[in-house]
Amino acid sequence: MRYVSLTPEERRQMLEAIGVDRVEDLFQCIPDHLRLRQSLDVPEPMAENVLLRYLASLAQKNASTDRHSCFLGAGAYNHFVPTVIDSIISRSEFYTAYTPYQPEISQGTLQALFEYQTLVCQLTGMDVANASLYDGSSAVAEAVLMAMRVTRRKRVVVSSALHPYYRRVLETYVAHSGLQIVTVPFSARTGRLDLTALDEALGDDSAATVVQSPNFLGVIEDLQPLSSRSKSKGALTIAVVTDAVSLGLLRAPGELGADIVAGEGQALGIPLGFGGPYLGLFATRDDFKRQMPGRLAGQTVDGEGRRGFVLTLSTREQHIRREKATSNICTNQGLCALMAAVFMTCLGRVGLREMAEQNVKKAAYLRRLLASHLVFDAPCFNEFVVRCTGDPVELNRRLAQRGIIGGLPLGRFFPERMNEMLICVTEQNTRAEIDDFARFFLENNA
Amino acid sequence: MTKRTVNAIVLDEPLIFEESAAGKKAYSLAPLDVDDINVTDLIDESLLRSDIPGFPEVSEVDLVRHYTRLSSWNYHVDLGLYPLGSCTMKYNPKINERVARIPGLAAVHPLADDVLVQGNLEILFRLQRLLAELTGLPGITLQPAAGSQGELTGILMVRAYHTSQHNPRRFVLIPDSAHGTNPASATIAGYEVQAIPSDDKGRIDLAMLAQRLSPDVACLMLTNPNTLGIFESQIEEISRLVHDVGALMYMDGANFNALVGQTRPGDMGVDILHLNLHKTFSTPHGGGGPGSGPVACHSKLVSFLPVPRVEERDGAYALDWDHPDSVGKVHAFFGNFGMAVRALAYILSCGQEGLREISETAVLNANYIRARLKDYYHLAYQTPSMHEVVFSDRVQSAYGVKTLDIAKGLIDQGFHPPTVYFPLIVHGALMIEPTESPSKSELDAFVEAMIEAHRQSQSDPDTLTSAPRHSKVGRLDETRAARTPILRWSEE
Repeated sequence: MRYVSLTPEERRQMLEAIGVDRVEDLFQCIPDHLRLRQSLDVPEPMAENVLLRYLASLAQKNASTDRHSCFLGAGAYNHFVPTVIDSIISRSEFYTAYTPYQPEISQGTLQALFEYQTLVCQLTGMDVANASLYDGSSAVAEAVLMAMRVTRRKRVVVSSALHPYYRRVLETYVAHSGLQIVTVPFSARTGRLDLTALDEALGDDSAATVVQSPNFLGVIEDLQPLSSRSKSKGALTIAVVTDAVSLGLLRAPGELGADIVAGEGQALGIPLGFGGPYLGLFATRDDFKRQMPGRLAGQTVDGEGRRGFVLTLSTREQHIRREKATSNICTNQGLCALMAAVFMTCLGRVGLREMAEQNVKKAAYLRRLLASHLVFDAPCFNEFVVRCTGDPVELNRRLAQRGIIGGLPLGRFFPERMNEMLICVTEQNTRAEIDDFARFFLENNA
Repeated sequence: MTKRTVNAIVLDEPLIFEESAAGKKAYSLAPLDVDDINVTDLIDESLLRSDIPGFPEVSEVDLVRHYTRLSSWNYHVDLGLYPLGSCTMKYNPKINERVARIPGLAAVHPLADDVLVQGNLEILFRLQRLLAELTGLPGITLQPAAGSQGELTGILMVRAYHTSQHNPRRFVLIPDSAHGTNPASATIAGYEVQAIPSDDKGRIDLAMLAQRLSPDVACLMLTNPNTLGIFESQIEEISRLVHDVGALMYMDGANFNALVGQTRPGDMGVDILHLNLHKTFSTPHGGGGPGSGPVACHSKLVSFLPVPRVEERDGAYALDWDHPDSVGKVHAFFGNFGMAVRALAYILSCGQEGLREISETAVLNANYIRARLKDYYHLAYQTPSMHEVVFSDRVQSAYGVKTLDIAKGLIDQGFHPPTVYFPLIVHGALMIEPTESPSKSELDAFVEAMIEAHRQSQSDPDTLTSAPRHSKVGRLDETRAARTPILRWSEE
């Protein structure tokens, strides 16, 4: 066993120091008949080279984006990940450390988190951000729970163009909180939230309006009128983002009246990774900082007046407040927050906009090629819905044979949209790939 | 004993925003290869931003040096013993990092058709099977992203189970030694928490438990071994009492590293259990995550597991959504898949024998530390320890030295301190969990450092109360940080 470091002689010395004969004696606290004597269905230890071969063979059974072109998004985006990110997070100083409970020997993690929080604030236009949550879906659930605490109201208005999986996670989290969820439809023509329906749904008992932009159908919402309507009823506006690269180009939710920005940071330098680990983004207004869930890094000084960073405002948290905490969350997605921080720093003020613009322009290019199949007419970022003549699931199978991962068949979420597909184009899709996709799509959807 | 610390080069480094200069660039993107139209022709100007004020501009070299300098201020597992009790800071094998980065596994979209992701589904399915085998509990979900989310998932399943029996019940019983996440998770699931005191042996007070148990109790949430590192030897009696009132046994598996390969929660009457892949199964802690908190359950609870479930049908793997009693989803996709790859690699590397050796060694190491320090530090409970041991500062506080001072003094001797002031039931707790990883010389050096801190508490307490002095910064003013929070950099 190469992961332990004791020789038999050292074990003997240690047992002697303890005053027992055998290591077995240290397990006497476990009733004897509960001790495992039989062998389990666990394979014999696998040597490193055998394990590598085995997992490489499993990789062959996947259609990965290193060998396929990808037109699938819907909450997980095939953006470019600069090489420096993996180089930095592969430093064991970062990845083998833990939550910075001892700040004096964790300043690297703490300063990186403080920078991450700052970058998230700048990107979202908000005052404060936490050190991250588990993923976009739980970030939205935590945002709704926070809105309930802040407003002391128990009704939330949710756009029907919120990612359906975020909606499901939200339902799981609030199932026993007494919260009522009211769903507001989107316009069948534009794909945008229906303002008349929103007016009807909002009441003096509404804690928040939850709206995703770009929404699940790829459409950019006009947040300003939504947030002013919410505000007039005393409700908060929770702006949800699933592709944070869009914020390189789109106006920051903080400038459009959002009270909380919750969403997914995967687009910021984190590989698709089959859905995780991802990064829950969470930012809000200064007034609400003591109501936030999750860990926070803060600036302070040491005895000599030197700047340093600590975890702070921990009286909100479970290890102090137990059942009265603002959330049950313990740690964060630390290393993913670091990845996002390196990504935002690497792309920077100019690069993030350039990447975002490429997404818009490439998506617009494919939209033009598929113009007769478009379903919604409001502007989009890098995703849009097309109508197929046949079953999109079947189309995807044929695309896969050409080395193309197709879009998301919407029938899975909207039974009345069985023939529609949500397509995503990022900076990673070359013109040749887009042309090939369009040609094949048009041939099969005449 | 040679001194462990030296004065090495440690560079100061400003915030990245303070190093930014317009015109610097750290990225490279292929030029646009489609028509370069005006964005304003596509999107209303009112929806666009002109700039991201404050966003940095640095070169790639600037960026790499920045984070490398930051990294040098961290203590970490690869540097040395990290005896943070209850966190299981074991070695994170390098092969796990390598396999998790295999492009064919990592560059895979979670919404691709099942037939396109058979390799990754096999990883999930196989890990589920192995965890079921190691815990003795047949139902597994890998969806929870961390231990606390696993707790929430588990308690929601408890609630769903009781609801299916027509009464969700009202209370969750939790020992006073438990992690704070336990009561916080139970609260989100809509339960009221009742604390159960520990007895003078550091175990759950059986008489108090019996008194609190009633048909209103949904479950007992028990950490075993508990946070004192003590195995609840009366576990079968506890399970019987709990089951007698129709309640369920929830086990917090944070300390499973003491048990893996030795015994199985499923054999002790546990109905539901969460594990931490980032503890027992060696996935790295990442400076605070990502973790992973799978839940294991008894067959009577399987129908309440989150969806989708990964299933095998005729040699192929598929996602099964058709479980109407499920508690739903707790993660947008399959949880922290990358951690599942690492944990699978770990279990396959170790095998059953290796896992047994790991728990054995973890327990041996903790008991060795206990034996060598018990004459210097007050042992909170005399009951035998498993994988961790809890001392207090009772001896040292007579000289004006507190647990925090001992912790900071250890930093100056080149060690990461133990967990401090937890569990809450031990005043001035010092909770030490060495794990199976360290060599004997590393353990001895830590013991010597602890003994030295004890000596200093009597002969030279100022050394401890003014520590640390060899770290990047000295003791930081946490009160100031909380009173006037500065949570971001801003330009002025």
